[in-house]
Amino acid sequence: MKELLEKIWQSALAAIESGNDAESLRIRFLGKKGELTAVLRGMGALSPEERPKMGQLVNEMREKIENAIAEKAAKEKEEALKNKLLSEKIDVTLPGNDLSVGHRHPIAETEKMMRDIFIGMGFSVVEGPEVEYDYYNFEALNLPKNHPARDTQDTFYITDNILLRSQTSPVQVRAMENSKPPIRIISPGRVYRADPADATHSPIFHQCEGLVVDKGITMGDLKGVLELFAKKMFGEDTRIRFRPHHFPFTEPSAEVDVSCWECGGKGCRLCKGEGWIEILGAGMVHPFVLSNCGIDPNVYSGFAFGMGIERVALCRFGIDDLRLLYENDVRFLEQF
Amino acid sequence: MILSLNWLKDFVDVTDVDVKKFCDDMTHTGSKVEQFELLGEEIQNVKVGLIEKIEQHPDAERLVICQVNAGEKTIQIVTAAKNVFEGALVPVCYCPDGEKRVAKLAGGMEIKTGKLRGVLSEGMFCSIAELGLDLHDMPGAPTDGILILNDIVECKPGDDICDVLKMRDTAVEFEITPNRPDCLSVIGLAREAAVTFDRNLTIPAPVIKGAGGDLRDYVSVSIESDKCSRYCAKVVKNVKIAPSPLWMRMRLRAAGVRPINNIVDITNYVMIEYGQPMHAFDYACLDGSHITVRTAEDGEIFKTLDNTDRTLSSDMLVIADSKKPVGIAGVMGGANSEIKDDTATVVFESACFDGASVRITAKKLGMRTESSSRFEKGLDCENCMGAVERACQLVELLGAGEVVGGTIDVYPVKKPLATVAFEPEKINRFLGIFLSPDEMKKTLEKLEFKVEGSVITVPSFRDDVRCMNDVAEEVVRIYGYNNIASSSIVASMTQGGMSDSRVFREEMSDLLCGLGLNEIYSFSFIPARLYTKCGMAEDDVRRKSVEIANPFGEDTKTMRTTSIPSMLEVLDLNSSRNAKSASLYEMAKVFIPRENVVTNIHGLEGTLPDERIKISIGFYGAGDFFRMKGICEEILKKAGIKTAKYVANQSDPTFHPGRCADIVLGDTVLGTFGELHPVVAENYTFSCPVYVAELDLALIFENSSLEKEYTPLPKFPAVTRDFSLVCDEETEVGTLEETMRMGGVKILENITLFDVYRGSQLPTGKKSVSFSVTLRSPDHTLTVEEADKATKKILGALEHNLGVTIRS
Repeated sequence: MKELLEKIWQSALAAIESGNDAESLRIRFLGKKGELTAVLRGMGALSPEERPKMGQLVNEMREKIENAIAEKAAKEKEEALKNKLLSEKIDVTLPGNDLSVGHRHPIAETEKMMRDIFIGMGFSVVEGPEVEYDYYNFEALNLPKNHPARDTQDTFYITDNILLRSQTSPVQVRAMENSKPPIRIISPGRVYRADPADATHSPIFHQCEGLVVDKGITMGDLKGVLELFAKKMFGEDTRIRFRPHHFPFTEPSAEVDVSCWECGGKGCRLCKGEGWIEILGAGMVHPFVLSNCGIDPNVYSGFAFGMGIERVALCRFGIDDLRLLYENDVRFLEQF
Repeated sequence: MILSLNWLKDFVDVTDVDVKKFCDDMTHTGSKVEQFELLGEEIQNVKVGLIEKIEQHPDAERLVICQVNAGEKTIQIVTAAKNVFEGALVPVCYCPDGEKRVAKLAGGMEIKTGKLRGVLSEGMFCSIAELGLDLHDMPGAPTDGILILNDIVECKPGDDICDVLKMRDTAVEFEITPNRPDCLSVIGLAREAAVTFDRNLTIPAPVIKGAGGDLRDYVSVSIESDKCSRYCAKVVKNVKIAPSPLWMRMRLRAAGVRPINNIVDITNYVMIEYGQPMHAFDYACLDGSHITVRTAEDGEIFKTLDNTDRTLSSDMLVIADSKKPVGIAGVMGGANSEIKDDTATVVFESACFDGASVRITAKKLGMRTESSSRFEKGLDCENCMGAVERACQLVELLGAGEVVGGTIDVYPVKKPLATVAFEPEKINRFLGIFLSPDEMKKTLEKLEFKVEGSVITVPSFRDDVRCMNDVAEEVVRIYGYNNIASSSIVASMTQGGMSDSRVFREEMSDLLCGLGLNEIYSFSFIPARLYTKCGMAEDDVRRKSVEIANPFGEDTKTMRTTSIPSMLEVLDLNSSRNAKSASLYEMAKVFIPRENVVTNIHGLEGTLPDERIKISIGFYGAGDFFRMKGICEEILKKAGIKTAKYVANQSDPTFHPGRCADIVLGDTVLGTFGELHPVVAENYTFSCPVYVAELDLALIFENSSLEKEYTPLPKFPAVTRDFSLVCDEETEVGTLEETMRMGGVKILENITLFDVYRGSQLPTGKKSVSFSVTLRSPDHTLTVEEADKATKKILGALEHNLGVTIRS
């Protein structure tokens, strides 16, 4: 009997070794008509004392064979998985699917960067008409008809008193007329000047102007806001510099340079060796402008600033010709 | 304004200040320097040479060999010049130590030792052109020969030519803002420099010896217009017109003014020095002896100095004698009274005209002169007399004539000096600085303001200072803008952000980018021919556009009423550059003219157009009609608009009549899209179908429902029923769907089209349309009977309303 069990074990091992699959092995050795079952059936011939002993032996053998078969099955599964994975191998250097997500225009990108910074400082974004009354574009801003400073902006006129706004400042006038201080707004938008298009000029471009009016606003506050803006826009190490200038709607007025973000102020090609790049115009709102808008300059003060969005976009992205922005070649657009 | 630093030294001594520092510091106190130029710098190693001996060149008939004493040594020059002679002092360009140093002429030409026809020539004699000069700078000099110095200046061999000809100077170009006409003068900038560098300013009062007589015997003046606030005049007799002296010519040249003759040069010299435009006219040309400042007559023709006939109008001011105008006030003199070589008696005019009037006149006549551009900024009446006296002083200095005694000074209303309150504390608070009242006072007094107690008296030349802010600027520009400490706003809290409509616009932009469209920016004005190019009929209402009155050319004339022409141009540009595909969108503003209906608070004349933002979409080579429809559907989905319909539009001339749809919501057309009409497409370079859309952003926003509400997920399973219908070719799928919904089946959840079949199995003119219909109840699992009943109802509606039956 023992020999028989040993023989079955040996043949099971041989069968496993010879590569039979797990299921057929299970049937052959452990199934109802299997070899081990046959042994159990033959136990009737044994003596009652031998029967339990033999039963135990058979059960041990069953477990042994079961384990061996299970081990075999696990190996088979592993092997199969390995083969499957191998056959599913792909060339990971093949290109990805073309999902063709579109791109925002670099002017929109730049405007968004500016907007987000000022919104973070509590500024609201306001808009106004591009075809505007002369009154809002000039007169309310301390630029009466025949003021020589009007010559610095060549303006497109529709009629004698309707024009294409040459700056976004009229939006500020409208904002001051329509709301009471505290006012903290930016007015990004499209403006028009009768300049023929070339690498640095365009009859249409965009500005982002800002206005703060409240009690006790100082020129130091103006510097504070612009310094913070410059750091967020051009990098934490950016410094700003004010130069006296003249705008009819602010007094004092300044042109504002930021330290060159390319060279940090040492002088390079971008800043033409100056170390500074002129970006903004700014100043304290002229008291005449405040009173024109119904705000008492003895109670309130404020500051205003403005910059060209294209100018910042050109500098930031290293674009050397403004016309590219309005040409809209897809090879250009897809770079942003 | 170009400033000669040599000239500046007459009034303030800044000789020890490095030029770069001069420019930087002046910029930072408010006089912005654009650039500076070191005059005479490019001419190197050009000396005065004395020609001691001239011999004929042995091998060349046209050349002579000159031995030249050039100071430190004698050199040999071979020249073809014909006007040289022994004893001549000439500019000679040579390298004093052979090859080591380079000799350079104006324009950067380099001169080296060489041989001419076998004879050594160690340099070159110079003509005026080679020194960068012309006949205005050096009147009488030969243009085709060597400059002979003997009679021009005192000099000796070896002297540097730039020193001898007074060419060495620094020309600093300032950008003077329109509020500071006082700085358009040497004296004005000297005042600024004196404050900037803390130096003394010396402005000597002009002294005139005078030749006796009384100019009232010559001329009298009356002002007949309030646009002339002062008129000063002096008369000079026995005038000898000649070139002005070298020093004056060189100063004018440095300032960018071309020398003419002594009298004209004096007027220009005074204008630059004092900032006061002057006019000199020939006394002999006056009819009578009375000068009137009056308005012109309408249609009066007048020939100006530039020999051009000008038609005057009654809003222009002229200087006239008893019969005719002799000058347009503040703009230009007349040809009839021009200073000529034989002018013997000159009247100098130094007057003050109203800025706006001069500006309008100059603009109308299209002649902006140096004089008019100064007057239009508003000049100082108090400057007139000093200027005319300075001119007379120069006349005597130059020996150009004799100054007749007496002065004409018609000054009807002397303008009182303006005053402003001195409020140091307010200024400190406003600027965020801490300056003592004494420091402020010191700065203001250096700028010639008078500070007495709490009152500041503004000098007459500073008409721009009118209020506290102006005073604050004076204080802080000298204190230094960059010495203001940055601070944080201490004020009421404000909530930043964007309006809902603007947020919506940005979200739409993000959506369109996500759908694979690149954003473009195009011009808001277009040439009107683009309307025709995109197929618009001659009488199309969209051609009625806002037009620019002063465009430069057709391209900037018409404010677009539709975004489609711009989009097609951009698509076309890409197509013409061989881009295989392009998918683009623009948030494009259009301008629709409006009737005079809108009122505004200031009672302003005219009505502004309706400015609308259009979502403009266009693509080619990247999808078909249904991609465009898909994009439109996504836009509406994003806006929460669920009930819009797509209605075939067969009449828009831009689009293919069978492939164009309007997006309709109730009675409102939200937009139109479709395939470009093949005939229109021929106007462009496209080689495949083009799809464009224009949707009105504001209409979509107005009709949007952006509130989001959760609908519970279904708890019970759905039943789907598929069926194919046979209908006429003309029946639209949209109509079929709509009809199915009309059946009133509450449990109808969704209808999905899955096939449209046309073919031999069907009669001609018929098509088969297959739908999958989803039925679901929110509160129980549907029974087969319920599903069958619902399906029957749906099919019943189709049969009843359209006569459409299920395909057997």
